[in-house]
Amino acid sequence: MLAAIGVGSLQELFQRQIPAAVGLSAGLDLPEGMPEQDVYTHLRELAARNVSAEQELSFLGAGFYDHYVPALIDMLMERSEFLTPYTPYQPEISQGGLQVMFEYQTAISELTALPVSNASVYEGPSAVAAAGYLAKLHNGKRRLVVSAGLHPHSIATLRTYAHGYGMEVVEVPLVQSAGEDGDGAGRTDLDAWSAAIDGDTSAAFFAQPNFYGAVEDAEALSAAAKAAASGAQGSAPVVVAQVDPITLGVLKAPGECGVDVAVGEGQALGNRLDFGGPSFGLFAAREEHLRRMPGRIAGETVDVDGRRGFVLTLQTREQHIRREKATSNICTAQALNALAGVVYLSWLGRRGIVELGELLLARTHYARETLTALDGVSALHSQPVIREFALSLDVDVAAVRRRCAREGVNPGLDIHALTGRESDRGGLLVALTEQRTRKDIDRLADVLGAAVAAERHVVAA
Amino acid sequence: MTVPAGVGAEIPAQRERARTIFQKGAPGRRAFACPALDVPVADAETLLPARLRREHPPRLPEVSEPEIVRHYVGLSKRNFDLDSGFYPLGSCTMKHNPRLHERVAALPGHARLHPLQDPERAQGALELMWNLQGALAEIAGLPHVSLQPSAGSQGELAGVLMSRAYHESRGEQRRTVLTPDTSHGTNPATVTTAGLDVVKLATDAAGGIDVADLRAKAGADVACLMLTNPNTLGIFDPNIEEIAAIVHGVGATLYYDGANLNAIMGHSRPGDMGFDIVHFNLHKSFTQPHGGGGPGSGPIAVSERIAPFLPTPLVVRRTPFRAGRGPNGAAAETLFDLDHGGEDGPGSQSIGRLRGFNGNYGCFVRAYAYIRSLGADGLKDASETAVLNANYLLARLKAAGVAEYLPLAYGDLCMHEFVLSGGPMKRSLELSTLDLAKRLLDFGFHPPTVYFPLLVDEALMIEPTETETKETLDAFADAVAQILTEAAKDPQIAKNAPYTTPVRRLDEVAAAKRPVIRQALA
Repeated sequence: MLAAIGVGSLQELFQRQIPAAVGLSAGLDLPEGMPEQDVYTHLRELAARNVSAEQELSFLGAGFYDHYVPALIDMLMERSEFLTPYTPYQPEISQGGLQVMFEYQTAISELTALPVSNASVYEGPSAVAAAGYLAKLHNGKRRLVVSAGLHPHSIATLRTYAHGYGMEVVEVPLVQSAGEDGDGAGRTDLDAWSAAIDGDTSAAFFAQPNFYGAVEDAEALSAAAKAAASGAQGSAPVVVAQVDPITLGVLKAPGECGVDVAVGEGQALGNRLDFGGPSFGLFAAREEHLRRMPGRIAGETVDVDGRRGFVLTLQTREQHIRREKATSNICTAQALNALAGVVYLSWLGRRGIVELGELLLARTHYARETLTALDGVSALHSQPVIREFALSLDVDVAAVRRRCAREGVNPGLDIHALTGRESDRGGLLVALTEQRTRKDIDRLADVLGAAVAAERHVVAA
Repeated sequence: MTVPAGVGAEIPAQRERARTIFQKGAPGRRAFACPALDVPVADAETLLPARLRREHPPRLPEVSEPEIVRHYVGLSKRNFDLDSGFYPLGSCTMKHNPRLHERVAALPGHARLHPLQDPERAQGALELMWNLQGALAEIAGLPHVSLQPSAGSQGELAGVLMSRAYHESRGEQRRTVLTPDTSHGTNPATVTTAGLDVVKLATDAAGGIDVADLRAKAGADVACLMLTNPNTLGIFDPNIEEIAAIVHGVGATLYYDGANLNAIMGHSRPGDMGFDIVHFNLHKSFTQPHGGGGPGSGPIAVSERIAPFLPTPLVVRRTPFRAGRGPNGAAAETLFDLDHGGEDGPGSQSIGRLRGFNGNYGCFVRAYAYIRSLGADGLKDASETAVLNANYLLARLKAAGVAEYLPLAYGDLCMHEFVLSGGPMKRSLELSTLDLAKRLLDFGFHPPTVYFPLLVDEALMIEPTETETKETLDAFADAVAQILTEAAKDPQIAKNAPYTTPVRRLDEVAAAKRPVIRQALA
């Protein structure tokens, strides 16, 4: 091969191209390579030092959820034909992947009741930030109004991106519980929401359900956003909802609530926890935003013989064509994870997504009733919840969690540790999936009850 | 297989007409069995008031498990993939994906680990991330790494935002980012997203940056130069030291787009070239499977002066041990932890988060397994073989009968990839680069990247990677020669190609004109 190239050695091939001053003569300071079985052993040892959702009874959620991933998804995701190609730049040999995108878009449009979906973005919080950029391109205004009910990572990500594209982020608080049972407590403060939205508001964001598990009045928020802007003269802001797709079998769809853009974290749909990724972000919108969508979109067409086929379409939005005028810088997104998503939705099916939603509703209700009956435990809010709810403990949450951990139970998230909000001190966010049965909930109640009692004892002493 | 089909003759793969999963199944058919309702039934209105409820459930498919399997396995057979054949897609580094990586990533300790698990109870994952940060820092020749970005394009965004934050911290509002006209489209798109302005740099006759143009445009308003080295022409910029000196001389930062890192691992390091910021594509150089268009992962490495601006969280090692942790202070022996930026040091003036949680950990597991499998010498060998393969294939394509139609656009040797111009082919054989690409499909090859970089007429960008054998490279070179010979006799054969794929050329214009982007449902 060297002779064909006309060089004497591999070294010469490099020396003729890389200036000596920037060459690396010493070599990399990395460990020696290892045979496959040794690498397996090392990675297995690292895995063994993690406590996975298989090794404890876990009620952790807050954005990622331990839903059951059906075995057929593992099989399909490991198929070479899905695992190892890249973006379908050559449609004639990529019909499988392109049709998967088309089916995925159909499923997301159905879930959200919005006519336009792309083929995925990275994940949830950056999808929120991408919606902000769409709004900027749409109306050129400067302010982004955000409910504090968005996931803290979503708000943080939006702030990072918005600083980049030159927009201001204004946070609207939730109604704080007034005594035992404030009316709107746990939901976005509708008055503050309306007051924050002015004629220079580009988009208004809320989460459904919100970070604390509360189901928001989505129609009221959308309507208020549009009314507030019309009062302040000028076009209405783009109303963006961050949705949890698994709830959309029972919860009114964003497209039916006046929402313009629905974004969300897709992990719950057939993707494993993976310590936070990869998963996928869903991104759906009203028709008028089609040409401002970020990312890949698959479209239907025909070949020269009239056969139905699929291609990447509307590529003039994208970075590889439009460069600095593109609607987004995204290139590689999450095709394989979106495949898992559409396979999962097909597996659940038209009835299953409703049944699953009803099961989660019933068990979550039972769990909230059972846990708030414990001494020292109350509900942080009393809004309807679907699969996650916030509790308030009258003792140190971290200490309680440690006591539970010793019993093999992870009771949920220490809310204050994630949000840093003073009002979240004592907050515990408890999430269910269909993998947590009544027996599991009862066990959580026993362990949490004992842990809280023990902490109260410590405090009293 | 490569003979043009006769009139009306369909090959078996073309007989099946596309039907989506939504067009299959029957009412009531299903795969999912819902777990039993094991709690007391509460009143529906109590659970969720009617006005918040969905009236019409989403019209998802109604199919059985065997139907799902047949449908998607059937679709998979309508895809070409790296495990089936040569995939020389330039700047995408389609290298083999070892199956060990899938096995270790699927271990429940990795795959079923919740991202908000307490650090004390995720020590294996954090140690893996720590080790990966260290390895990437060494490969880049830069001291600090954040694994957070979701893909290369998000790594670029992090880079430009950090660069901007760095200047702002010095009281400077620099507005301009320089990008060569050979750059990936993500570079200029990222600059706009980050609120700055793109100024293009010209390419010189040797295929590197036009240094005179750089000198003319390098001023006090320049925040950053984004550079891929070797660039998308496969050329290692011979003036890199001078370029770095000019950029640093005006106080700007130098950004390394890591898409082409596979050319230089163990041979040269961006940090040693003077780069301040580097992004890696774990799905290119480090074997995260491309997945049909993701997932990717785009960690970044930075110099000391940029480190305060890194996105957080960062993985840190606390030594000796973190101080007591509450009244019952159990588990005070955390070694590895997530750090959100302290008073000073990395992340202390962070640009913030770019996404949820801790990055694409599943990709980290695979990249880490790859680095530990190969080690220092193996990574160096991988780059050597990638460069050897590219130059060998280039030499084969310089043969008479090919080079007069498809000349090398720039340079003589190349690094891991090279760019041919199809201009002469188009003029003398009436064959466009697109035609050649489509005809290659009939020979069982994925075509190279086409029509990029933009400055090359009818560009073909070819990156064979270290995965390929000499036999494969020879077969590809032979196919190109054969297509050119065939076209000299009858260009229509290639102009109407492909013939052997599940569908033939598709009408992309119609697709964009009246977009149909979802299945119509009854």
